[in-house]
Amino acid sequence: MDQRLSHARYVMPAMPVPAQVGSGHPEAIKEGKLKHKLQIRVNGQDNEIEVDPWRTLLEVLRDQLHLTGTKQSCAEGHCGACTVFVDGKAVNACLMLALEAHGTDILTIEGLAKGGKLHPIQEAFVNHGAVQCGFCTPGMIMATKAILDENPDPTEEEIKKSMAGHLCRCTGYVQIMEAVRAAANQRM
Amino acid sequence: MFRTLPRFEYLSPDTLADALGLLNQYGPKAKVLAGGTDLIPEMKWGEHQPAYVLSLGRISGLDHMDYDEKTGLKLGALCRIAQIEKSQVIKKHYPILAQAASLLASMEIRNRATVGGNLCTAAPSADMPPSLLALETKAVIASTEGERVLPLDDFFTGPKQTILDHHEILVRLEIPPMKPNSAGEYVKFGRRRAMEIAMIGMAALLTIDPENNQCIDSKLAFATAAPTPIRAKEAEKKLIGNKLDADIIETAAQMASKEASPRTSWRATEAYRRDLISVLTGRAIQTALEKIGSG
Repeated sequence: MDQRLSHARYVMPAMPVPAQVGSGHPEAIKEGKLKHKLQIRVNGQDNEIEVDPWRTLLEVLRDQLHLTGTKQSCAEGHCGACTVFVDGKAVNACLMLALEAHGTDILTIEGLAKGGKLHPIQEAFVNHGAVQCGFCTPGMIMATKAILDENPDPTEEEIKKSMAGHLCRCTGYVQIMEAVRAAANQRM
Repeated sequence: MFRTLPRFEYLSPDTLADALGLLNQYGPKAKVLAGGTDLIPEMKWGEHQPAYVLSLGRISGLDHMDYDEKTGLKLGALCRIAQIEKSQVIKKHYPILAQAASLLASMEIRNRATVGGNLCTAAPSADMPPSLLALETKAVIASTEGERVLPLDDFFTGPKQTILDHHEILVRLEIPPMKPNSAGEYVKFGRRRAMEIAMIGMAALLTIDPENNQCIDSKLAFATAAPTPIRAKEAEKKLIGNKLDADIIETAAQMASKEASPRTSWRATEAYRRDLISVLTGRAIQTALEKIGSG
């Protein structure tokens, strides 16, 4: 087979790599026996769970609270797919330790729709074809909410600046901009 | 492949005294966590494997902002970049600081990243240092022995290196009030405008005597122009005592370019960065002068 067509080079590991441990660490840390209690309110519901100190907020939301609407994409703050609200501020959940969110109030994409009815921003994304593969969409919608909460009538330039931390690999930015604009118009 | 964090124990003391005590105990085995937008990815990449991550998040008072017309601004090290970007006090009294903050990374990162963290990561390209250097900021560093205060100029010792010892925490910045008839400009130059790391970043801050139109004070500070954020002190001196006409601005811009020691990286060559430094210096000085002129 033509080597150029081989997918062998692109095989993804089935599971995330296990956590490495520094050489001089105390045994308890090496063995990972240090669970901490984490109290967080997520989408209006109080949770008290035990978490490993090295888990990010994103990992805990997805793997322990099973809220998989928030996506992991780059895992280092470039792409915005993991955007959630922590105490009303949009942040990258991949860059925040879960324990740093102790005692906070979190809003994820799952918390937007109410009573089986989509949030107006979600409606605007659907109506303007701003969802292609959909992977960036939860982050884009959370960012839109953050922008409009602060500035109900943003200029195109202001929208672009606030969206700078979001990547759409389908490159559907024009429709996304239209959806943000439409959501803003609807709110006014 | 998704990277996960290496294992560590998490410490979140309630007071600065406790934090300093823990740092004394664990020293180089501990990493101080502020906003985490640099530390977390760096740990995922394997650049650090601390046994202890010491969070400053529960310590109250480290994110205070306190302005006094006579003494200036006391800026807690844990002030978020978004807080600085949006603060009416900073926009009014230190616009170049708000300008730099507004250009740092993304909205989500600005909501977490802190000014102290930006300084302690000490990236040569960091956005906050040029404006802070131009404003003659002092860094207040705490340890169990007490506090020491030093000019921010002395804080950076190399790429990603600072003067901080393992048992010390940067707790506060002190910024003197801006002089009357002063204005500045922060310029961030990159290939794109979104999520960019500065090819060259620079802050110019000028004070002009309204009687004779001479420059009585000048500060020119740069990012990505050397292994650390720097000021171009020879170029600054060249401007002082002169009327800032096109010739003198061009001379100072050339001097700044010579004083800098930029490197070649995939973002830009050394020669290109040197050109940029002189071009941006000229532009920033012009813009600052226009701002002073328009009062």
